[in-house]
Amino acid sequence: MTLTSTAPSGRARSSGAAIEAEHLVKRFGDMTAVDDVSFTVPQGTVLGLLGPNGAGKTTTVRMMTTLSEPTSGTARVAGHDVVREPEAVRRSMGLTGQAATVDELLTGRENLRLMGSLYGLPKAAIRQLSDELLERFSLTDAGDKVIKDYSGGMRRRLDLAVSLIATPPVLFLDEPTTGLDPRSRVELWEVLRSLVRDGTTLLLTTQYLEEADQLADRIVVIDHGRIIAQGTPLELKDQSGKAAIVLTVSHADQLEAARALLASHVPEVHVDVAARQLTAPADGLSDMTRVATVFERSEIVLDDLGLQRPSLDDVFLSLTGHRAEPPAGATADTTSSPSPSTQSEESQS
Amino acid sequence: MTDSAVQQATRVAPAAPHDFQPPGFVRQVTTMVWRSLKHIKRQPEMLTDVTIQPVMFVLLFAFVFGGSIVIPGFIYREWLMPGIMAQTMAFSAFIVAIGLNMDLGKGIIDRFRSLPISRGSVLVGRSIYSIIHSSIGIFVMSVTGLAIGWRIHNGVGKALLAFGLLLLFGFAMIWVGILVGSSMRSPEAVNGLMFTTIFPITFLANTFAPTVGMASWLRTLAEWNPISALVQAMRELWGNGPAALPDAALPLHYPVLTTVLWSVAITAVVAPLAVRAFIRRTTD
Ligand SMILES: Nc1ncnc2c1ncn2[C@@H]1O[C@H](COP(=O)(O)OP(=O)(O)O)[C@@H](O)[C@H]1O
Ligand SMILES: [Mg+2]
Repeated sequence: MTLTSTAPSGRARSSGAAIEAEHLVKRFGDMTAVDDVSFTVPQGTVLGLLGPNGAGKTTTVRMMTTLSEPTSGTARVAGHDVVREPEAVRRSMGLTGQAATVDELLTGRENLRLMGSLYGLPKAAIRQLSDELLERFSLTDAGDKVIKDYSGGMRRRLDLAVSLIATPPVLFLDEPTTGLDPRSRVELWEVLRSLVRDGTTLLLTTQYLEEADQLADRIVVIDHGRIIAQGTPLELKDQSGKAAIVLTVSHADQLEAARALLASHVPEVHVDVAARQLTAPADGLSDMTRVATVFERSEIVLDDLGLQRPSLDDVFLSLTGHRAEPPAGATADTTSSPSPSTQSEESQS
Repeated sequence: MTDSAVQQATRVAPAAPHDFQPPGFVRQVTTMVWRSLKHIKRQPEMLTDVTIQPVMFVLLFAFVFGGSIVIPGFIYREWLMPGIMAQTMAFSAFIVAIGLNMDLGKGIIDRFRSLPISRGSVLVGRSIYSIIHSSIGIFVMSVTGLAIGWRIHNGVGKALLAFGLLLLFGFAMIWVGILVGSSMRSPEAVNGLMFTTIFPITFLANTFAPTVGMASWLRTLAEWNPISALVQAMRELWGNGPAALPDAALPLHYPVLTTVLWSVAITAVVAPLAVRAFIRRTTD
């Protein structure tokens, strides 16, 4: 069967889900790395698998990409069972692993040719696709350079380009931006967005909340191998506490009047005199609209009025009891090593 | 958020995947070999083990020991050549082990395993490459040998048979290489193991000096060494050395047959172990 035949018809059969995990479990000895993980990724959407170092993200991805056999449970990629039809799965997906998976001694173009050949693409198609991919990842000038001379960011981009040579409908990316500087990260996000716009289904793992927030339609949060929360970024934020109305008064002498007015509509108001700012808990947009109307009818002049939601950082803290790792912005070009704090938590478990 | 709303709206059918068939085994293997040949282009120093090193051995042995080792009726330089060629071919094990081990230690093996190809293509590709690698060495040595007076005396048929035996033996050694490369944790460990085993084994034979001078237990060991049979066969086929002495161990009296038997036996025993080690190493 060719890849083409697994396209639209194959997906229709599997009820529109490009990726399905059902009760995936992986044990190494008596250590359970992945513990009963289930989720579904509809075709053409992005799932963010979010969790700290050692949470079981890589192990989950390895099971879904046929590299590792599940201890129990199943997974399907483009409608194919990863255990029973690994060949069909391999034809339908691309993978960029956590560790660099390009050949150090080949040039960028040669790496693309290597993988293109191993996918069985015709030579002419490989040449054309390589040019397109190098262009897309801003590597045209580096195409004939040996990978050894690439920076970390270039390597990562080439790694991703190589995964795309056969235009797989499903793409797995394990921590695609780890070790990238902030600018390369944002550039890569752009490329990923354009892939999804073209219909690719994406599963990406990340330790960065911001990344999941930016890219994912749905987020699955895992810790110690278990799913601890899932939903859209918005739902997750709602889970971890209330939104707040924040308003900034233009003139300091109206601050007290503003406080009194707000207090007559909401149960509790916090005042920040220096910032001329009032904060009040809110249930959502309707509360804010109500407050906006009240202030519009009053004499009080406002600089700003808005609804502030908790960040995913707050979500993570409230779910796991520890903060996620901050993006390693300053230390580009190296694969990030786990921070001492997360490591000690792992060893305790 | 608005961004993702826009994406939602503009989402279209998936990009039509390019129409292709997964590659046949031959294309998989030739691609793997192509990759290894590119590695040589980037690191020509990888070839020193089959070029500079054996040429140095030829010259050192021919000129340093050449005067003191006497082979009645033959010239030591000519007698030496089959020995050095057999040693170089034995090192195919080394080449395949290092190459395979380096691949297994890197993320690229995961990439290969995620492709619609046979895992065996990595093995066969590495094996064919190591034969090419060793053959470059045999060629370089033949030229060096010819330059210092080595000749083949018994015609084309026997000459080719000797080269054929050399390749057959190399094929058997590849399995040893696959076993070692799949079992060891690092290229350094492979290096250490091979250097302390294959290297002395290639000396504990009739490769560089006749076995007659050895203590009797050592001589027996040396004459049963598969390398001795191979070297003896090449010497006789090329007319570079005498037939085995009457008191030599049995294998040396039937060197061609023994070489074939040894090669088949090594393959039969080691190949299943090697494949198992490789599968275990690439499964989790
Ligand atoms: N091959 C393995 N053998 C034993 N333990 C492993 C293996 N691979 C992963 N683990 C363990 O499983 C847990 C999850 O690891 P991993 O999936 O790599 O997490 P993440 O990718 O989220 O950082 C870790 O505690 C890790 O040490
Ligand atoms: Mg990981």
